[in-house]
Amino acid sequence: MIANTPDPSAIQAQSLSVYYGDFRALKEVNLSIPQKKVTAIIGPSGCGKSTALRSFNRMNELVPTAHITGEILFMGQNIYASDVDPVEVRRRVGMVFQKPNPFPKSIYENVAWGARLNGFRGGVGHPSMDEWVEQCLHKAALWDEVKDKLHQSGLSLSGGQQQRLCIARAIAVKPEIILMDEPASALDPIATLKIEELMRELAEEYTIIVVTHNMQQAARVSDYTAFFTMDEDRAGILVEYGATNQIFTNPKDSRTEGYITGRYG
Amino acid sequence: MNPHSPREYFDRAQQKLLQRVLILGSMVEEAMREAMQALQQRDFTAARRIYVADQEINEQRYAIEMECITLIATQQPMARDARLLAAMLEIITELERIGDYAKGICKINLLMSEAPVDSTVMFNLKQMSEHGLGMLHRALGAFVSQDIAAARAIPLEDDAVDMLYNQVYRVLLAAMMAVPGSVDRSNHLIWAAHNLERMADRVINICERIVYVYTGEMKELDGSDGLQIEDNHG
Repeated sequence: MIANTPDPSAIQAQSLSVYYGDFRALKEVNLSIPQKKVTAIIGPSGCGKSTALRSFNRMNELVPTAHITGEILFMGQNIYASDVDPVEVRRRVGMVFQKPNPFPKSIYENVAWGARLNGFRGGVGHPSMDEWVEQCLHKAALWDEVKDKLHQSGLSLSGGQQQRLCIARAIAVKPEIILMDEPASALDPIATLKIEELMRELAEEYTIIVVTHNMQQAARVSDYTAFFTMDEDRAGILVEYGATNQIFTNPKDSRTEGYITGRYG
Repeated sequence: MNPHSPREYFDRAQQKLLQRVLILGSMVEEAMREAMQALQQRDFTAARRIYVADQEINEQRYAIEMECITLIATQQPMARDARLLAAMLEIITELERIGDYAKGICKINLLMSEAPVDSTVMFNLKQMSEHGLGMLHRALGAFVSQDIAAARAIPLEDDAVDMLYNQVYRVLLAAMMAVPGSVDRSNHLIWAAHNLERMADRVINICERIVYVYTGEMKELDGSDGLQIEDNHG
């Protein structure tokens, strides 16, 4: 059975299991992530939530021993099919990591580089590269803070600004889905709030999937919440998935209740 | 058990709050019982004392409310924790209002002239209060013992209170028409009956919150009110 939401699906895991060598990190996950909504994945350490996230853009393949069974359907197509280019998957399903990781290049180049690599051509009827960089920085709510220093190093920015730069960089290649792995856990409360605000704004245009340890954050920013935990073999399983308001006020599964109220384990 | 665990601290804080809600509940029960006794005995001294003591009920309610707010702000409760604190905020409001009804009955007692209350009316009023207080007592018991079945069943008893109210209402209305000089007095007693009828309604609200805390289901548990009003005036 696929855990469904009333909204149309952006990406769907079907009987998804992920293995690292012999170890099954994720077991038989069925999950349908809605389009242009924020979906939060929560759960204790080791429950496979980052593994699940990374399987949505074939990032797990960068781990040599990793393999999956089951399917992930993106716009109806299995992204693990042999004729699918993982680089193209990663363009359409972007990712932002826990620790901001801008390139050691200028702010401008951080945004322009990926776009250029993905064949961005400015010109008649299209924005120029300058305009595109500005648009992306606007969307990442960073433009006003950096417009006078576009050619300074991305690394000169504060942690929160660096994270928003990484978001601008992710947007620059025109993804449809943005995966965020603990995007605010290294930031102070104000910078965190800005990232959360940004997630809500971005959800008007993109599908956002965020892994977070911060339950208040999941409760604040997401429309849907998926709770993962470990079964007796230490494999990650999806326990409950539903509207965030329901999960945090009236979870159906006692394991979800136990986790979100701090009674877990 | 780890006494330093934040979760256990929160559990203890919730237990303490639950105790305080129960204490508030007994204060309210006591106030209503004494108010009715004072009415029956036309004891103005007792009526004045209970009237003033309502202040203590109000203070208790505010203190519990502050504690709930503090726990919400500091513990960020979720799921059943959130439902419990939200329900407590509602329940203490209902309790405080029942306290106000007891105070109101004392005021009525003081406002009425010294003549004794008609014994049939008094009997019915006492029955109403005993029914209502019984419902309240068991509702608070169900809150502590997490007895969802009881919380669902108690509201069904409201019909009996409504029936008694209708009876008292008709008797007093007839008295007003027969003896014009009794209008003031009958009117006061109708208010007393109204307060008792409302007490039972508030117990139903309390039961609704109890069901909400332990099941997550929020819905009305009684729908017979409107019909009763139709019966009265229709």
